[in-house]
Amino acid sequence: MEPVTPYPPTDDNARARTFLPAPPLPLFLLQPVLRRIVTRIASQNPDMFNRLGPHKSANFIIDVTSLPFVLHLRPDPEDLLFRAVARSRKPEADAEIRGGFLDLLGLVDGDADGDALFFSRDLTITGNTEAVVCLRNALDDVDGSIAQSVADMFGPPGRAMLSALRRASARKKS
Amino acid sequence: MRPPELVCPAGTPAAMRTAVEAGADAVYCGFQNATNARNFPGLNFTPGELERAIRHAHENGTKVLLAINTFPPAGKVDLWRDAVDLGARLGVDAYIVADIGVADYIARNHPDIRLHLSVQAAASSPEAIKWYCREFGVKRVVLPRILTVSEIKAIAREIPCEIETFIFGNHGLMVEGRCSLTNYITGQSTNYDGVCSPAADVEYRRDEEGNLSTRLGDFTIDCFSCNETAGYPTICKGRYLTPARNEGYYAFEEPISLNLSSLLPDLMAAGVNALKIEGRQRSRAYVKNVVSSFRKAVDAIMAGEEPPLADLIALTEGQKQTEGAFKSKTWR
Repeated sequence: MEPVTPYPPTDDNARARTFLPAPPLPLFLLQPVLRRIVTRIASQNPDMFNRLGPHKSANFIIDVTSLPFVLHLRPDPEDLLFRAVARSRKPEADAEIRGGFLDLLGLVDGDADGDALFFSRDLTITGNTEAVVCLRNALDDVDGSIAQSVADMFGPPGRAMLSALRRASARKKS
Repeated sequence: MRPPELVCPAGTPAAMRTAVEAGADAVYCGFQNATNARNFPGLNFTPGELERAIRHAHENGTKVLLAINTFPPAGKVDLWRDAVDLGARLGVDAYIVADIGVADYIARNHPDIRLHLSVQAAASSPEAIKWYCREFGVKRVVLPRILTVSEIKAIAREIPCEIETFIFGNHGLMVEGRCSLTNYITGQSTNYDGVCSPAADVEYRRDEEGNLSTRLGDFTIDCFSCNETAGYPTICKGRYLTPARNEGYYAFEEPISLNLSSLLPDLMAAGVNALKIEGRQRSRAYVKNVVSSFRKAVDAIMAGEEPPLADLIALTEGQKQTEGAFKSKTWR
């Protein structure tokens, strides 16, 4: 168990912060939720892993700049991993994807274009570019919205949260 | 005036369904190999995926055009012939080809399937286009992005086939099908392997101040300061240092996208039969936004109304757009 530090002062996504639980948050509470999410998405979309090719076992760090921790994803259907890690203990990874909460939500909601976010500098990738491109294409080939699937797992509160976040995202775009 | 066909990109089955829903008249796509010019990792269709995608498209009245628009190296033509034969078995509505050997194979073996000449063939004169029509029965030419609207109109009067022009997306003015810049640096060929700036050779480095440098192989091709918009990691859009200039210099082209929204009425009046949106490597969100915007614009023009011009700047490369050579030869 490790209490995480408050949000970094460089947070560029204040709107999203208002919807997230206030720190400090013990990460061990998040892990089963994240595990459940990745297991559900994987079971609903088994074909998506084919697009990852040799990068199924790659380790990705997803750095949501408004969160006090990073997410560690290994999209290997035989050995799925999706966990929160304190920034101070960020593991070695093949690639890192860094962006604001609402921008990254837009990607898994089928509402944002990764190239456009890269052009505007709202999304940064480092490390193995090919692995990131494969992950992007795998996620984009999922019909509907991964964000909606996750929200549905939590029933009406989850859907209400997603609706609020989509409204926040729309306000940000306008 | 006949309504032009709106030809839209699809890099995945989900993108193809999105394009169909957004109002595409035709969708173009490719297999997961070197036979097409977007041979990117994790992109494109397996034979099974394409079979299902064609069924879905046809059920919704949308045509499927198969891009086989790279050049088979000597001794490796079987991959291209197999792709052609597979496309025929799956029921594609047309092939988009660049290589004369591939065109000849299709003309001899699948004469009932339409043949479109890819922009990769770089046919921009009436003489060149007429030759392809005469020799291989080409039904449509995709024109390079180097012609003004009036030049397109003049060509339309002289050639015996349909004209397709790009209206949105990547703005490449290189002599398409002849670019060897990627090959020079990475050993992979845009024209033979179908990959421009292979992702495996691209590296982004972000420094402490937030500046982003882009590298392809051993070469730095640009460095964006923290508040500067970025472009694709291609050599032709790179910014280079030279003793003759004080600052970085776009030696070939700038990171900028083509957007011909405001020229649509002129293009249609000039006799353009099909309007092409670039971007098989882009997301479903891009496909949905761009295709639905141009669908509304084309329908409005056909109804005699002023076309609504959607703001697509957020989706453009470097967040900049141009009408390029279509409006004036003085561009760059």
